[in-house]
Amino acid sequence: MTTAPPPSRASVIGPATIDVTGLWDYAPAPESVKPKLRDRYGHFIDGKFVEPAQGQYFQTVSPSTEQVIAEVAEGSQADVDRAVAAARDALPKWTALPAIERAKYIYRIARRLQECARELAVAESMDGGKPIRESRDVDIPLAAQHFFYHAGWADKLEYAFAGRNPKPVGVCGQIIPWNFPLLMAAWKLAPALACGNTCVLKPAETTPLTALMLAEIFEEVELPPGVVNIVTGAGATGAALVEHSGIDKIAFTGSTAVGKKIAQHFAGTGKKLTLELGGKSPNIIFEDASIDQAVEGIVQGIYFNQGHVCCAGSRVFVQESVRDEVVEKLKRRMNQLRVGDPLDKNTDVGAINSEGQLATINTYLAEGKTGGSTFWQAEGETPDRGYWCKPCLFDNVQPSEVIAREEIFGPVLAVMTFRTPAEAIERANNTPYGLAAGVWTDKGSKIFEIASKLKAGVVWLNTYNKFDAASPFGGFKESGFGREGGLHGLRAYTRLS
Amino acid sequence: MPKALIPPSPTVDAIMATERAKSFTTRSIKKESKEQALKLALSMVDLTTLEGKDSPEKVRSICRKAVTPMPGHPDIPSVAAVCFYPSMVKVAAEALKGTGVKIASVATGFPSGQYPLDVRLRDTEKAIEDGADEIDMVINRGAFLAGQRDVVYDEILAVSRLCRDAWSGDRHVHLKVILETGELETLDNVRLASDIAIAAMLEANLLDEQGGGFIKTSTGKVSPAATMPVTLVMLEAIRDAHRREGVFVGMKPAGGIRTAKEAWHYLCMVKETLEGVDSHTGCHWLSPHLFRFGASSLANDLLRQLAHLRTGVYAAGYDFAEA
Repeated sequence: MTTAPPPSRASVIGPATIDVTGLWDYAPAPESVKPKLRDRYGHFIDGKFVEPAQGQYFQTVSPSTEQVIAEVAEGSQADVDRAVAAARDALPKWTALPAIERAKYIYRIARRLQECARELAVAESMDGGKPIRESRDVDIPLAAQHFFYHAGWADKLEYAFAGRNPKPVGVCGQIIPWNFPLLMAAWKLAPALACGNTCVLKPAETTPLTALMLAEIFEEVELPPGVVNIVTGAGATGAALVEHSGIDKIAFTGSTAVGKKIAQHFAGTGKKLTLELGGKSPNIIFEDASIDQAVEGIVQGIYFNQGHVCCAGSRVFVQESVRDEVVEKLKRRMNQLRVGDPLDKNTDVGAINSEGQLATINTYLAEGKTGGSTFWQAEGETPDRGYWCKPCLFDNVQPSEVIAREEIFGPVLAVMTFRTPAEAIERANNTPYGLAAGVWTDKGSKIFEIASKLKAGVVWLNTYNKFDAASPFGGFKESGFGREGGLHGLRAYTRLS
Repeated sequence: MPKALIPPSPTVDAIMATERAKSFTTRSIKKESKEQALKLALSMVDLTTLEGKDSPEKVRSICRKAVTPMPGHPDIPSVAAVCFYPSMVKVAAEALKGTGVKIASVATGFPSGQYPLDVRLRDTEKAIEDGADEIDMVINRGAFLAGQRDVVYDEILAVSRLCRDAWSGDRHVHLKVILETGELETLDNVRLASDIAIAAMLEANLLDEQGGGFIKTSTGKVSPAATMPVTLVMLEAIRDAHRREGVFVGMKPAGGIRTAKEAWHYLCMVKETLEGVDSHTGCHWLSPHLFRFGASSLANDLLRQLAHLRTGVYAAGYDFAEA
């Protein structure tokens, strides 16, 4: 039953009135900064923007408005050849440069990223649909941090690998996903440059803009031509890069299906490979957890970045005794998430990255609804144009259901229960993936015991989705191999003798 | 024994609670929602002076300001209440007669509460006799920190009953229980103290939608006073009390909130923590009945921002009366 809000004090106190009581809400607060974007971007090869060899371009579309933002070059074999050749030519000089000079370039990139932070954040939100709150407060600061951190390593590599002699790998092909476009570019480029490698980077076809803005920063800081080359395009461009004979290493972040193909191609070549693939990460809530904070953690785990997060906590296991309270509080919290215009500073959940990804999510939702679980979706309206999926969950899910096993990569949560710690561990580890996990309990001894038994590259204790340039990130099993970030991340970009 | 009514308190993870509290400070309040927030916050202020040198003259001028904070602008609301030491209640009662602005009096040996129980209860009775509409009591922090929850509970219950027994006709004496969270130190303690206070007021049948019972962060005499994480934990206790018992408990952060911007961040926290908890549309707690700011300088910053919305320029501090 709904009743009216309490009477305004006007009726109580005579001379003065207030015109709002319980119904106060946030007015639109659109971000006012407009990034300087070109109508058309070529590839960034050998220090300058160049036309694609075959003259073909594709459009990059804003997922929140469905409007074309810019045209971007479609990379062909010839473009990849040219980029790899530029990287190969630049390699000897870049490697021979005193490490402290390399560090200065990387440091300059970091500083320039900070200076351009707001423009980059807006571009990231326009191109990828993520809320400006997140691109402003998470993506861009972390990207800058990654360059700062690795600038520090450049002249200290022999201390990172005591007693060994670290040498660059050579020309690195780097293929990055659309969920954290600039941040993933930073994760790949910063350690590669610090270790003396040269790079060919291919951004995702739905989100190429911030990588191209980063190329403009490389021009500004006068990074030597050919040290970083950026070739835009879709899967075929990526395949051309993977199969290129002039590449010494591939670092790929993306789907497990594509990762498997790359691994097959690389088998026996002696080239280095790191893969950061999918996940279906468990978030385990014990009855002795701080429940309100655990609910926050569930929300951060799965609805952060519309669930487009490889380490998203997409499977929640709640101890049966607190299940009802957790689910009730979770639903109420989900109704407080503000879904809509990514450029509104109060938006919590933005647009789904592309039409194709929305279709994938909807296929999983349809599939999930045919099972025995209960579907629930947050209330509220979404804009008429654009690609949207309100935060939702399936309750009482069985571990055998598709929605509990496959990576959906959307704001979709599967809620399951357990009774004993052993059952929680068994259910959490019962997945082909092993990227991340979360454990929530107020009991210190328990938390370390559970953490040590989870097969995941990252285990967050009483928190979730925390990232730092100093902390290695990577997976077990079908979530990939190799680590990015921290000391361990340097290993992938060095040959030790 | 009433102790049975004290629910087991959940633990609070300080890191995540602090992070959640901080998230409200990035809410962007613009245009009409800003003007509404400024007026709403002003209507929630308990305009306070709690100094040894308080004089009847100062009390009278604060009362005048409480009724008409911005003379000549009838759309600017009165504040919710004034808050004084018991010795000033009679003066305030005279000055505020018929205005609707409530008189809150600190009592129970404010601010330390380090007095015999009979003295603290007599302090409360006297304030009620003199015309206080609201009693801001302090809990026995010594007993709390010594683990004597039942002592804390029984004392709050005794004060609650004094307030409840004074209800007659239109007169409802409300109670605000000051936890002095700066001395409790941990968020686990804040949550436990909140639950004890709510349980005691519940037993005294003091809790109603008109704000019969509040929990309040601080006296203003101890640092830190109100903080966002502490207030969040107390709002969560209020929310859980409603889930469990269906009761409405008011909330009053006090001390340290000086700017309009801080005030609307608190309003965001109230909205996002308590909206949808009960059957009312919107957030029932976004009302002076159930939410107050204990502050002395906040009102003038709210007025300054309201004036800025009207004129487009910021007035100097001296353009607003101190009291």
